[in-house]
Amino acid sequence: MQRPSTDRNLNPIEAADAASLAVHTQDLAKRYGKTVALSGLTMSVRRAEVFGFLGPNGAGKTTAVKLLVGLARPTAGQAWVLGAPVGDLKTRRRLGYLPELFRYQGWMKASEVLSLHCELAGLPRSEWKAEIAGALETVGLSERADDHVEGFSKGMQQRLGLGVALLGRPELVLLDEPTSALDPVGRHDVREIIRQLKERGTAVFLNSHLLSEVEQVCDRLAVVDRGRVIATGTMSQILGQDGAVRVRVTGLPAAGRASLRTYGNLEDEGEWLTFRGLASERVPELVSEIVRHGGRVYAVEPRHETLEDRFLQLLKEQEA
Amino acid sequence: MMRVLTIARLTVLEASRRKLLLALALLTLVVIVLTSWGFSRLPTMNGVTPAEVRVAASQLTILVAFMFSGVLALGSTLVAAPSIASDIESGIALAILPRPIRRSEVLIGKWLGLAVLIALYAVLSGVLEMVGIWWATTYLPPNPAAAIVFVAAEGIVLMTLALLLSTRLAPMTGGVIALVLFFVGWIGGIALAIGQTFENNTIINIGVGSRLLIPTDGLWHGAIFYLEPSDFLAAARAAGRVRAGNPFFADSSLPLPYLLWIVGWILTVALLANWSFARRDL
Repeated sequence: MQRPSTDRNLNPIEAADAASLAVHTQDLAKRYGKTVALSGLTMSVRRAEVFGFLGPNGAGKTTAVKLLVGLARPTAGQAWVLGAPVGDLKTRRRLGYLPELFRYQGWMKASEVLSLHCELAGLPRSEWKAEIAGALETVGLSERADDHVEGFSKGMQQRLGLGVALLGRPELVLLDEPTSALDPVGRHDVREIIRQLKERGTAVFLNSHLLSEVEQVCDRLAVVDRGRVIATGTMSQILGQDGAVRVRVTGLPAAGRASLRTYGNLEDEGEWLTFRGLASERVPELVSEIVRHGGRVYAVEPRHETLEDRFLQLLKEQEA
Repeated sequence: MMRVLTIARLTVLEASRRKLLLALALLTLVVIVLTSWGFSRLPTMNGVTPAEVRVAASQLTILVAFMFSGVLALGSTLVAAPSIASDIESGIALAILPRPIRRSEVLIGKWLGLAVLIALYAVLSGVLEMVGIWWATTYLPPNPAAAIVFVAAEGIVLMTLALLLSTRLAPMTGGVIALVLFFVGWIGGIALAIGQTFENNTIINIGVGSRLLIPTDGLWHGAIFYLEPSDFLAAARAAGRVRAGNPFFADSSLPLPYLLWIVGWILTVALLANWSFARRDL
């Protein structure tokens, strides 16, 4: 079907690396007319890891996933999935994909949808029954196997979509906002399914704007904004090695406040001062410095930075 | 090939599950019963001779065939215009196309499924109608099988065009464009007949152009020819200019080059559809 850009400028070593990864993209770009949806996306997803792809609405997350599964053609750059150029027919047998906005044929039963996808995925007919039963069991739809899809709620359709993505024990599963229509129980179930996939060695590419979801299940993540990766790494790398400290202070003159900026990125909120990027062993020194400048310290709170804090900060920095 | 057959089977199954086949079957049966009853009244009219019954039956057969060809043409358009477009709009395509299946296989599968539906409808309704007419009047056109083939081909031409439009346009837009072209072709056919009768080259060229651009009317005239008894044909030819522009009369069978043109037309439009679908970002 569709091929990636033929711009092959990887050297043999880089190409071998690309082959050993679940996903590898290099300067992948997509433009729709004058609109830039994705601008030079370079990232790697290792085999058997859960990779979070995080970004605000319109950042280009869904475009990236569509390029990876061959639904759209890149304007520039190149991409490999499971070691093969995107769109490769044989490789697609080893892929599972849950689109963000999708629907199945309403006139089909849930079990028939799964049968169709077993057939399209090229699974041996002898395996269909077990695959279908397993998928329905995993997503909690065993009781609804013989119901027509048109009677399903959005959440149930999403569960069915997840079941379809799991057929045939894929080596890579791409989930585009998999919990957007699910209730808290459904979201918990999806997190459990992702953990099970990881345990059995399946790489998961989780496209989401739900920070808590990404924070709970992902080994590594990339933060994307305006079609470009602005940060990538493990959770601790993204959040930063050093934490933050909040200090409640009164009586600190302006000159004293200014001198404290050497202790980290300072957020001045009046009585409360937040120091980001401050190593914990320097906290006593910071308190002494505040006292030396005449400040009265009422509270010192080590603050664990959440992904949400970091995400918003990254976007703010990008904006600046 | 198996993947093509999977999509073809899915297309036929959808038509069945959505009650399209049932609705068409019931309505067609009602029409066949009513028209057969109407034909059975012909021999009972006051003072009518067997020759007059035969002439009337042959003309009415062509009109009934026109109705069926119209149903088939409009039906083909209405079913084909949303076939790709609505799958894209609804998101069904997003779930299917990442599977190890080529877009060309999806397209050929859809085309095959729709072609089977069209052929089935043309053959079943055509055979039943002919049996009804024969039962009512003992009249049978000279070559009903050939006429049925041409009527089915007319539906397949329009379906292929609607499928091409469906790869890029919304179902409603694609359907309307295909229908407009169908009627333009019909008017073009009338213009051609008038141009030929009055030997006006400009009008002939316009008519020929429309028949090449959209060959549905050409195929309709191919079907008419095989429904016309030879004595009727001779009388019509003798009438000369009086017959000019009659859309229910064909003077001759379709020439082989034109039949080859139609085959090439279907192939070209199908290839264009494949090219267009393969390049569409979803």
